[in-house]
Amino acid sequence: MNFNKQEVAITIADLNLTYDGKMALQDISLQIPKNKVTAFIGPSGCGKSTLLRCLNRMNDLISYCKVQGEIIIDGQDIYNKSVNVADLRRKVGMVFQQPNPFPKSIYENVAYGLRLQGLKNRLFLDEVVEKSLRSAALWDEVKDRLHENALGLSGGQQQRLVIARAIAIEPEILLLDEPASALDPTSTLKIEELIYELKQSYTIIIVTHNMQQAGRVSDYTAFMHMGAMVEFSNTRTIFTNPCEKQTEDYITGRYG
Amino acid sequence: MDNFRAGRHISQQYNDELEEIKNHLLSMGGLVEQQLEKASIALIEGNTKLADEVYRAGSRVNALEKVIDEESAQCLARRQPAAGDLRLIVTVIKAVSDIERVGDQAERLARFASQLAKHPRPKNNYHEVYQLAQHVQKMFHDALDAYARGDEKLALKIIKDDVNVDYEYEAIMRQHITYMMEDPRSINSSLDVLWAIRALERVGDHACNICEYLVYLVKGQDIRHSDDRSFSD
Repeated sequence: MNFNKQEVAITIADLNLTYDGKMALQDISLQIPKNKVTAFIGPSGCGKSTLLRCLNRMNDLISYCKVQGEIIIDGQDIYNKSVNVADLRRKVGMVFQQPNPFPKSIYENVAYGLRLQGLKNRLFLDEVVEKSLRSAALWDEVKDRLHENALGLSGGQQQRLVIARAIAIEPEILLLDEPASALDPTSTLKIEELIYELKQSYTIIIVTHNMQQAGRVSDYTAFMHMGAMVEFSNTRTIFTNPCEKQTEDYITGRYG
Repeated sequence: MDNFRAGRHISQQYNDELEEIKNHLLSMGGLVEQQLEKASIALIEGNTKLADEVYRAGSRVNALEKVIDEESAQCLARRQPAAGDLRLIVTVIKAVSDIERVGDQAERLARFASQLAKHPRPKNNYHEVYQLAQHVQKMFHDALDAYARGDEKLALKIIKDDVNVDYEYEAIMRQHITYMMEDPRSINSSLDVLWAIRALERVGDHACNICEYLVYLVKGQDIRHSDDRSFSD
């Protein structure tokens, strides 16, 4: 699919990735549109999480991982030597499968990124914490206990707290790696509702094993298989009339 | 054809469920085909006993309709079908109501057959009506056949053929209007003929609808209400 330049948040071009010489991503080229939700789906080991992690260079932490090709965000190749990885991750936030709040108060969890940036003004911090918690649809549930330990929250609340923490530093892009797979159905729906709200302000990329979830929340869906991008299209098309047989087999639960 | 395989799901139970829905739809279609055939024989033979059989089959058709609707709703709720499976369920739900209406038209035809049996019969025994009936019976049969086999080429052929049904319908209508003008005593029976051919013409339309659903099922393209009844590969 081709988008206008202004509509594109991330351009991935000829991306290849190897773990210890073993090919994990193969010739991935993809444009991810701005202020939309893009879902990566595919069987375990197809490379979707690996691709997601490339987008804020989380793979840098793995020494035997080699990346070739370009990922362009805001006109810059993020694998260029001049790129400051901390700045990149400020721009591209990430939320993981297991909620991982710090063992601190709810307030401090959300304010953490701002404090790292050296911001100390209490009024400003109060404002951002409230705004972020409201955006994450958590404010009403925690406003009376902001200074209690975040680990006392339920799993669904913790996950929303982590999202609040990610958006407190106002990233442009949010990467969600299976954000709801450890949650019960009600919390899952809250997270999905949140994704719908957040896409007005952020470009969201979500990796999920739950196909119905991809169908519910995403505007675009990319189906990956064995490190290759098989099909990328409107979610509407993918779920009613996919072009590739492999995609159809996967989403309808057939043998590949 | 490749899109139209109920089988090969990882869940064998899902295969069986989809297969069951498809089979029920086709047996319902088969019942309605018989109704239509009996009704048109009842018409040409003036056979009221056969006409009664058509009414009686109606309740079995209606019962099957409810079963298929229930199975489709269960499938949507519990399996959340996607892609080809979703198109199968969506088209089954639509085709079921068209088939049920063909059954209703067969019952109307049977009713007119019973009424016409009471009047003096013309020399040709309503041969022209019987011909139209055979034409739409074949269309309906072929439409179900195309659906069962996922044959979208046959479906398109049937859709194109519908215009011929319209021609035949108009010709018979004119003929009977002439009869009525020539001899007002024929008005009663001619009106029954007009109602009967109207029912047959509707059967042709329902057959076309089923064919259009089939094209959507196989190709994912909605060709309804378009002048160009073709599709791109």
